[in-house]
Amino acid sequence: MYVAVKGGERAIQNAHRLLAHERRGDRDVPELSLAQIAEQLSLGIDRVMTEGSLYDRELAALAIKQARGDLIEAIFLVRAFRATLPRFGATEPVDTGAMQVRRRISSTFKDIPGGQILGPTFDYTHRLLDPQLADGFVPEQPATSEATQAATPRVTDILGRDGLIESSPAADADAPVGDLTREPLSFPAHRDLRLQNLARADEGFLLALGYSSQRGYGRNHPFAGEIRFGEVEVEFFAEDAGFAVPLGSIALTECQMVNQFKGSATEAPCFTRGYGLAFGQSERKTMSMALVDRSLRARELGDEVIAPAQDEEFVMSHSDNVQATGFVEHLKLPHYVDFQSELGLLRKLRQEFAEANEAPDMQEAAE
Amino acid sequence: MTTVAEVPAGFADKVLSAQSTFRSVMDAMARPGSVQRITVPVGTPDEMMSGTAAIALTLFDHDTPIWLDAAMSAAPVIAKWLKFHTSAPVVADSSIASFALAGDPRNLPPLDRFAFGSNEYPDRSATLILQAESLTQGPAFEMKGPGVDGTAVLQAMLQPRDLFLRLTINEALFPRGIDVVLVHDNSIVAIPRTTRLVASGA
Amino acid sequence: MNAPAYNFAYLDEQTKRMIRRAILKAIAIPGYQVPFASREMPMPYGWGTGGVQVTAAILGPQDVLKVIDQGSDDTTNAISIRKFFGKTAGVATTTSTADATVIQTRHRIPEAPLHAGQVLVYQVPIPEPLRFLEPRETETRRMHALGEYGLMHVKLYEDIARFGHIATSYAYPVKVNARYVMDPSPTPKFDNPKMDKCPALQLFGAGREKRIYAIPPHTHVVSLDFEDHPFTRYRFDAPCALCGAGNSYLDEIVTDDKGGRMFVCSDTDYCEARQMAGHRGSESAAPHEESAHG
Repeated sequence: MYVAVKGGERAIQNAHRLLAHERRGDRDVPELSLAQIAEQLSLGIDRVMTEGSLYDRELAALAIKQARGDLIEAIFLVRAFRATLPRFGATEPVDTGAMQVRRRISSTFKDIPGGQILGPTFDYTHRLLDPQLADGFVPEQPATSEATQAATPRVTDILGRDGLIESSPAADADAPVGDLTREPLSFPAHRDLRLQNLARADEGFLLALGYSSQRGYGRNHPFAGEIRFGEVEVEFFAEDAGFAVPLGSIALTECQMVNQFKGSATEAPCFTRGYGLAFGQSERKTMSMALVDRSLRARELGDEVIAPAQDEEFVMSHSDNVQATGFVEHLKLPHYVDFQSELGLLRKLRQEFAEANEAPDMQEAAE
Repeated sequence: MTTVAEVPAGFADKVLSAQSTFRSVMDAMARPGSVQRITVPVGTPDEMMSGTAAIALTLFDHDTPIWLDAAMSAAPVIAKWLKFHTSAPVVADSSIASFALAGDPRNLPPLDRFAFGSNEYPDRSATLILQAESLTQGPAFEMKGPGVDGTAVLQAMLQPRDLFLRLTINEALFPRGIDVVLVHDNSIVAIPRTTRLVASGA
Repeated sequence: MNAPAYNFAYLDEQTKRMIRRAILKAIAIPGYQVPFASREMPMPYGWGTGGVQVTAAILGPQDVLKVIDQGSDDTTNAISIRKFFGKTAGVATTTSTADATVIQTRHRIPEAPLHAGQVLVYQVPIPEPLRFLEPRETETRRMHALGEYGLMHVKLYEDIARFGHIATSYAYPVKVNARYVMDPSPTPKFDNPKMDKCPALQLFGAGREKRIYAIPPHTHVVSLDFEDHPFTRYRFDAPCALCGAGNSYLDEIVTDDKGGRMFVCSDTDYCEARQMAGHRGSESAAPHEESAHG
């Protein structure tokens, strides 16, 4: 006698109960607070906010906690929440030139107006596990000095004054702000949509693509013109008031890559740009993004399109980790029906094969 | 200046009324020639039929440019009402409109003034919403196509009188084309681009 | 912190309007894939987000919803989606094909004939039938624009040259209203004939790939084939072991590790209704009980 499989509903409930239990872990260990996550796992927060496309440290902390530290799952939680939020419009473009800089480095000039500012960085730390950190370590207070009022102009603007780098396209105040979360993407895509796609893209995917371009798969000779991290003001043009009102400030990392360009019959040689921007302190992300942005400009700049990083449709269609993880993981869903179709077909093909061959047993043994 | 109080109310229950109206429009589009009714109450300007108003509230927003014919434009309350309830931009250029509303379709411009979409994106085409004198009485139009089991017969007083003749352009253009929704009071009939006239009589 | 608060059927009204407009164009251009700005849903891409968005955009309080996965109302993902709409839209749900006004499905078309007034919503993973022959959207879009489907015929003919027949058993391409080649979603080709001149409206939603397409009622849907190699529907050798049906699609159940197999209807509602009506197969079924095991 056969009893058909039933009981999915209770199984799901129980699985979710078990998940909640595992999430909490050993109940004798104090529970993580959102503030602890936001303060002490802040780079994870930055990644979740960037790829989740939502600037909210507390929600990002909640998502990381709920996702048991799985950042892609946390990004998914934030994205699904974001999709339900009402939209009031687009802010004014942020002015990263006016950033309250916490870190700012250039690898193209030894010294620059405003100076090189190392800031909080893993760079030059020796990657030795530090047993002190295991418990109760109280770090020294950071060194301080008077804040300087010196401006920190962008390195690319300095190059731009001499025409050594292509000019950045001027913002068209009347042009609608592209948004691939509101309009279905079509190819070829404009750079604004490409940059939005890259900003939301999986850091690991961009890292690998950027790296591949450095290794010769569509090489574009990059220099890190500047990487800066700090706070910028966000303003929103209020139609009722007739002027832009400040909404507050957000932490951003910006990377401007300076890339080689040979020039053409009609254009003098000059450097070209690759651009990266992300929430919080996200240097690996913005550097990778800038490399890939430049690679995706291949057609526009007359580079031969030969490598994956230069292939807009390939990059943009596979960069989103929420989409990618959904489709990869959907293979866990039942496929009995299509598998049954394949089984039936395979059995038929094998039968036909056996009938067509005189010694089917020999044939099977050889497989 | 019109105050908010002077603008007719629109849907009482935005969410459920839009859902109900959409199902009527979807059924109409899925069954060309069939008369569907919009059953939800809608506060509408006097110069506009309630079915037209319900469709507007259901489908229009700031992403859908709207073109109004002379009859609709003649009553400024209509543009005001549309702007207030839907935020849809009213445009003078019919070729960029997602929807065109004709209160008096006798003077409907030639169909090629509206967007047909492209062969790559035939969905980027206009939907015409034409108010009709009657969707139950008048000459009989027998039609066939996807959504129709055999043939369907519509009795209607339509303007322009040669509407179906004009719509034969859909056959040559396909997959590009124009989709039409006819409205009389709270009754609607859809004629999507795949529908073909078989015969018409008195 | 912003406390989440959700609308009827989850989606906000602006999103519903956008999806509704796409559905209307999809119906007007049968088989053509309308791009739409698919939203991030609270379930993963690939798990039915396209179908869920289409269902959310059409569903009303009067509807009776049925959700199936692999033909069954009781698979975990079907339960999860049914609960989602029970919770966010408060609609009545059913497992009965006949009683449902909206049926969301993954990988099957119910065995019981659908009737006018019903809407069948398919979950679609890869909506582009030409995708595995040509990965580029820009290229496949051009092929559809020109109605240039030679590549698909070449692929099918290569099967014939190699195997003697077309070796596609599911997601078998169809031509809709003699114009667009369309992917029926990964339904077994056994189900393809049910799409032809179906009295119900068929809507297809692909969330990750951001496409909606449709087959209006009573529309010609033809499985691609060749005159000398006509389309054939897969047939099972034995009837359902539970209800004895001889013309339904069957799941293969592995009963032991010594080669034991039995075949039962994949459409559980169809099978149970037949058993209720007294039909019996070679194995009599015990009453169904909920198991507490996960």
